Amino acid sequence: MDSSMVLSITTFVYGFASFLYIGSWTFKKELMAKLGMIILILGFAGNTFGILMRWKESYEMGYGHAPFSNMYESLVFFSWTMAFFYIFVEYKYKERIIGVFGTPLIFLAIAYASLAPNIHDKITPLIPALKSNWLIAHVITCFLGYAGFAVGFGFSIMYLLKPEKKKQKFFWSRLPSTSIIDELVYQMVIFGFLFLTIGIITGSVWANSAWGTYWSWDPKETWSLITWFIYAILLHLRMMRGWHGKRIAWVSIIGFMAVLFTYFGVNYLPGLHSYL
Amino acid sequence: MKNKNIYTNNVVWQFFASIKLAVVILFFLAATSIIGTFIPQNASSAFYYQKYGEIIYKIFSILNIFDMYHAWWFLMLLGLLIINLIVCSINRLNFVWKIIFPENIVFNVERFRKIKEKYKFVSKKNINELKGQYKTFLEKKFKKVIIKNTENGVAFFIETKRWTRLGAYIVHFSILLLLFGVIIGSLFGFKGFVQIPEGKTIDTVKIRKNSKIQKLGFKVKCNKFDVSFYDNGSPAEYKSNITIFENKKQILIKDIIVNDPLKYKGITFYQSSYGTTSIKQVSIAIINPRTKKTYIKQISQGQEIILPEKRGKFVFYKFVNSYNFHGHNLGETFIGKYIDNNEKAFKIIIPLKFPLFDKMRKGHFIFKIKELEKKYYTGLQVTKDPGVWYVYAGFIFMIIGCWITFFLSHQSFCIEILEKEKNNNVLVSGISHRKTQNMKIKITKLGQKLMDM
Ligand code: HEM
Repeated sequence: MDSSMVLSITTFVYGFASFLYIGSWTFKKELMAKLGMIILILGFAGNTFGILMRWKESYEMGYGHAPFSNMYESLVFFSWTMAFFYIFVEYKYKERIIGVFGTPLIFLAIAYASLAPNIHDKITPLIPALKSNWLIAHVITCFLGYAGFAVGFGFSIMYLLKPEKKKQKFFWSRLPSTSIIDELVYQMVIFGFLFLTIGIITGSVWANSAWGTYWSWDPKETWSLITWFIYAILLHLRMMRGWHGKRIAWVSIIGFMAVLFTYFGVNYLPGLHSYL
Repeated sequence: MKNKNIYTNNVVWQFFASIKLAVVILFFLAATSIIGTFIPQNASSAFYYQKYGEIIYKIFSILNIFDMYHAWWFLMLLGLLIINLIVCSINRLNFVWKIIFPENIVFNVERFRKIKEKYKFVSKKNINELKGQYKTFLEKKFKKVIIKNTENGVAFFIETKRWTRLGAYIVHFSILLLLFGVIIGSLFGFKGFVQIPEGKTIDTVKIRKNSKIQKLGFKVKCNKFDVSFYDNGSPAEYKSNITIFENKKQILIKDIIVNDPLKYKGITFYQSSYGTTSIKQVSIAIINPRTKKTYIKQISQGQEIILPEKRGKFVFYKFVNSYNFHGHNLGETFIGKYIDNNEKAFKIIIPLKFPLFDKMRKGHFIFKIKELEKKYYTGLQVTKDPGVWYVYAGFIFMIIGCWITFFLSHQSFCIEILEKEKNNNVLVSGISHRKTQNMKIKITKLGQKLMDM
């Protein structure tokens, strides 16, 4: 069994976990969410194992590099970081139902990696520019940042969907209180912001050691800066202007759109970062 | 206390001291940055003219959209950001400074009494015993504890991590430091490039921006260039072996590869491209496929030789790094010209990768490259950036500042013992300058510890 196989199975495990969370919410069965968490942790273990196997396989093929070098590998890692974040949040805040807005994202990223026709799971050698330890630091921190923003996005959607008045029967009202969701969104955003900051920094230190310029306004760099500006705006609005709740949820959604564009959209523009 | 100075009441000052302005500037920076990711930057005028037409071309030229990240209006936005940041920080630092270094610490029990979420428990111990126990415990844990007798008991007051309020200022300072480094770099540094053929030495480079010549002050020789490939044909490593000379003395020798540049006297050399210099001499094999007879001839570029068997002439026309043959790139290719006895010319191409390519032509002879002395040149990016250390220092401060602002906070705790006849009530409460859930957990932990004593 090779890593691609392990990761395909992981995709199904993640799918099953989010199915359980959604089921738990719809049918008001707490047990299903508990089970969902167990399945999610299994998926996370499979995800971890798949990445490590792939790392080993690349050494066996004589290429010997960390599995962060193309779109497939980055999506698999993106799922991993989101799962990591989500498990941490559920553990810390002891809120189960929020998984409905977290786990589907984890599943979608890895499913997209396996299913999208233009994404290949072949292990290929590294081009000279990517042979650097900064690659590992850069990818890990960027994706931790993206994952924070992604989970924050899920929670922002949850905030916006939650009805304002308490209607006990209506199942939207089973979500955590708005003040908790608001806090969750903020926590995710500050994690994301810290890691995006480190991600941009490691990227520019790397660029400086490879090409002699720490910033060259390449579209991917520029879009990561745009994303960073949007979240900096969010922090100032919340901290200094007292924005909360819905308005912050909207800014966080806009921020995540910028993340998605930085990640996927930029590949359609000309530039250096052709794949990551 | 507020607005003591005349200048802080100034309209201009007030304008720049506003966070609203910061949000607006950041918004415009983000929004305008998008333009340059859709419109290719720094291409030729002809390209833009053709792509956008005359009118839009003119408008874009005025706004310098084709190099927008260095356009006057974009730099002006950055300038505004800097002023805004400085004014805003000075304005608020005044206020924050007084919180961090108060003249006398005010301990207001009422403030803590208003907090709803408290940790409460009942203790049977005598109040003086409790007081002594708590004092030793708290002083060991927090160092500085203020004890105050209240109308119905005693209260302990603890304040921690006041300095974390500076976190945001560290972040802002880091941004200024970083931009300072960028300015230093663009004033006193340069970015250039140079191509050095194997065996050759240079002492100047060409500046990218304006094609001016920049003296290095020492000599750089490329001893050898190497490129290696993986099995699948993609490049694995580019390597230049470089020697630096100063006053005819050899200073150092180093291999430069991508991600491992050479630094000397504040100037850094990065591996950036390569190619083959024009090939001077080739030894070609001229094969008669029928008789299997092979003739070897030396030929240099531009030279014309008489072919054996009275079959006309052959010219070494040129050598190219890539050759497109019906949509396929054949790579490095020798191009020759065969002129037969009727003065009719044929183009002969011999890709190095496919030495018997000429067989396809089914001519009288097959031309094949036997030997050639191929020489590479290495392309180096050469930069001097004295500002980079400020930028890096900015990076470090930014990470530290964000960490402090996001995950630490200025906290105060109050432990109040209310004296009752038999059982004393103990109330533990706390305030954090960021209203987070974390405080609840901390209070519970502290309360449990005190209860278990
Ligand atoms: C360019 C990017 C910027 C970043 C990344 C940034 C970052 C931050 C961060 C992380 C905080 C802390 C928020 C908190 O208290 O949790 C903050 C606060 C603040 N920011 Fe910025 N900032 C930026 C630009 C600006 C600008 C241009 C101004 C200009 C006025 C500004 C004014 C402030 C002020 C006054 C505070 C509150 C500080 C305090 O606690 O007293 N920021 N900023």
